[in-house]
Amino acid sequence: MSCCGTGPDFHEADEVSRLVSGKLAAFLRTLRDNGFAVGLAEGQDATTLMTAGYVAKPNLLRSAFKHLFSARKSDWEKFDGLFDAFWLGKRVRSRSTTIGSAKAANNPSLKSLPNHRSEPRGGGDTAMDQIPSGDGADNDRSGEGRMEGASRTDNLAEIDFRKMADPEQIEDAHTAAARLAQTMRTRLTRRDLARRRGYRLDLRRTIHSNISHGGVPITLVKRQRKEKPLRLVMLLDASGSMSMYTGVFLRFIHGVLDEFREAEAFLFHTRLAHISDAMKEKDAARALDRLSIMAQGAGGGTKIGESLQTFNRWHAARVIHSRTVVMIVSDGYETGDAALLGREMAALGRRCRRIVWLNPMMAWEGYAPVAAGIKAALPHVDLYAPANTLKSLTALEPYLAKL
Amino acid sequence: MGNREEIAERLAASGYIADGELATAVSLMQLLKRPLLLEGEAGVGKTEVAKALATVHATELIRLQCYEGLDQSAALYEWNYQRQLLSIQAHRGGDADAVEDQIFSEKYLLERPLLAAIRRTKPPVLLIDEIDRADDEFEAFLLELLSDFQVSIPELGTITATTIPHVVLTSNGTRELSDALRRRCLYHYVDYPDTDREARIIMARIDGASASLSLQIARMVESIRKEELRKVPGVAETLDWAAALVGLDIRDLHDAPETVHETLMCLLKTHEDKARMSREVTERLLGKVA
Repeated sequence: MSCCGTGPDFHEADEVSRLVSGKLAAFLRTLRDNGFAVGLAEGQDATTLMTAGYVAKPNLLRSAFKHLFSARKSDWEKFDGLFDAFWLGKRVRSRSTTIGSAKAANNPSLKSLPNHRSEPRGGGDTAMDQIPSGDGADNDRSGEGRMEGASRTDNLAEIDFRKMADPEQIEDAHTAAARLAQTMRTRLTRRDLARRRGYRLDLRRTIHSNISHGGVPITLVKRQRKEKPLRLVMLLDASGSMSMYTGVFLRFIHGVLDEFREAEAFLFHTRLAHISDAMKEKDAARALDRLSIMAQGAGGGTKIGESLQTFNRWHAARVIHSRTVVMIVSDGYETGDAALLGREMAALGRRCRRIVWLNPMMAWEGYAPVAAGIKAALPHVDLYAPANTLKSLTALEPYLAKL
Repeated sequence: MGNREEIAERLAASGYIADGELATAVSLMQLLKRPLLLEGEAGVGKTEVAKALATVHATELIRLQCYEGLDQSAALYEWNYQRQLLSIQAHRGGDADAVEDQIFSEKYLLERPLLAAIRRTKPPVLLIDEIDRADDEFEAFLLELLSDFQVSIPELGTITATTIPHVVLTSNGTRELSDALRRRCLYHYVDYPDTDREARIIMARIDGASASLSLQIARMVESIRKEELRKVPGVAETLDWAAALVGLDIRDLHDAPETVHETLMCLLKTHEDKARMSREVTERLLGKVA
């Protein structure tokens, strides 16, 4: 920025502004990498700010950019660090949430759970011994699967998810789960429409529409009660004991988020993570990719109580309203404090309309809900159902439609 | 730029004790002509910002309180049907065209906050309060208005803004706002004030609150906020409590621990929280307040 001292040299000034705008563009890119929604308009405004003299004072510029580029609380909180790292060269943990960092390869990531047609993997395998995956059979399966054709798709609905070894079968299950999520949404909407019957007279509108008749009320306008769509909040257990089911349910969640107008999804194991944003990716495989960063610790123990506490404290007020169904998918093996789980379930129950607990283990032979965790939670659950096959998921639909 | 210090000064003069960054936000609003979106917990003083802003600009504050089901006729404009009807009855038998022209003239138009805000001669502060309570559809409509600043009324034609108002939106986060709206706005997160600022707020707002008492109250409230409560007390509650204590003629919190405990009802709004803040807890917290 030496241009000001040496006097007006157009060429030099041009050069400087080019450098500045180049740097600004790089900063915008950094922001986008970190999840900020920054568009062209913001870039232009930023240029305006820089030419307006904010450049001279870094503190002021930081504060101004913070207001301009942030769109939510999480942006607001991480902005200062990003700014300092980029413009002032402080080595702060800048791209902390960048996808696909080198570390991810050593993590038992969600991407590596049996979720879709998985490619033959290289070195990452050692970290995943706790996932008894079916996709080890990948390579020798390429040709033979096709032969059985239609009959297999038929009974697919009844196969337990964990027994689906064939990657193609798994892929089919995923598609079916996504489709199921779609049908649920359609049913719910249609039902909404059927209920739309006016039951109260809207006087203002009636007068308005009859002004052309000189005010004689010939056509009546009725008031319709607007049906708010059901909101579905899903909490998925991604712990080790659930690993065989996590992939399918993530697909299901992806379908739900895609189709429902109002839906939120969370993932928990020992911590709770909000995954709605990451799952917004249209392509399911890529969405799962984005999740890999949040999956640190997936496949370990479960602290359902603590996760619910986090949920109640930080998310519930925002994501839950009176027409919200909370769907917890978990086997209920709590490694934390079962009493805490009971308390938090009670708190959650007070807030939402229904709690549905799906337990994939429920259909296993000889299973009884005796684990301390599930015992503490059950009194607060409105519907406790198995969810190990597509059929059992479909069976939920009428229940959800009734709400 | 000079602008910013001036705004900070005027904010302070208006009686609003702002955090450092708010002045920047306000000067950016002017420079970039963008609305300001304020988010934060209930009771941190988001609405107050808009009021202070109106004082700073020495202009009118127009407030639109959002709620579920808020629609165009309550937010933008409506025809005065009763008057229209009367007029029709009065001119019965007259020239139809003339009657029509008359009843769809400005005289019969009821201005609602949004229309009012763009038709003032001096730009007012338009406060759109709790935008998260309105429906998605209304949000989309608002977005359109905020980018074009013109309204089309079928019977009258397009009304373009005579002035661009200073728009402040607040949200409590009961619903996720659309990305489009967020991007359109400058963002400012309003947090609970720190002890020092809260003490200054108490002094500015409550007559008869001494500096030492204000600081004690602020410290006490700060430690109460750290307890696991269902409803965390906001600034408004702090002010209530301070007013109660001053009203009861208390000079020092340590003099009357009993009264302190009993007046905590100003801060704690649920039964559960009250049970949690037992006498012992109050005393423990009081002990920490120097």
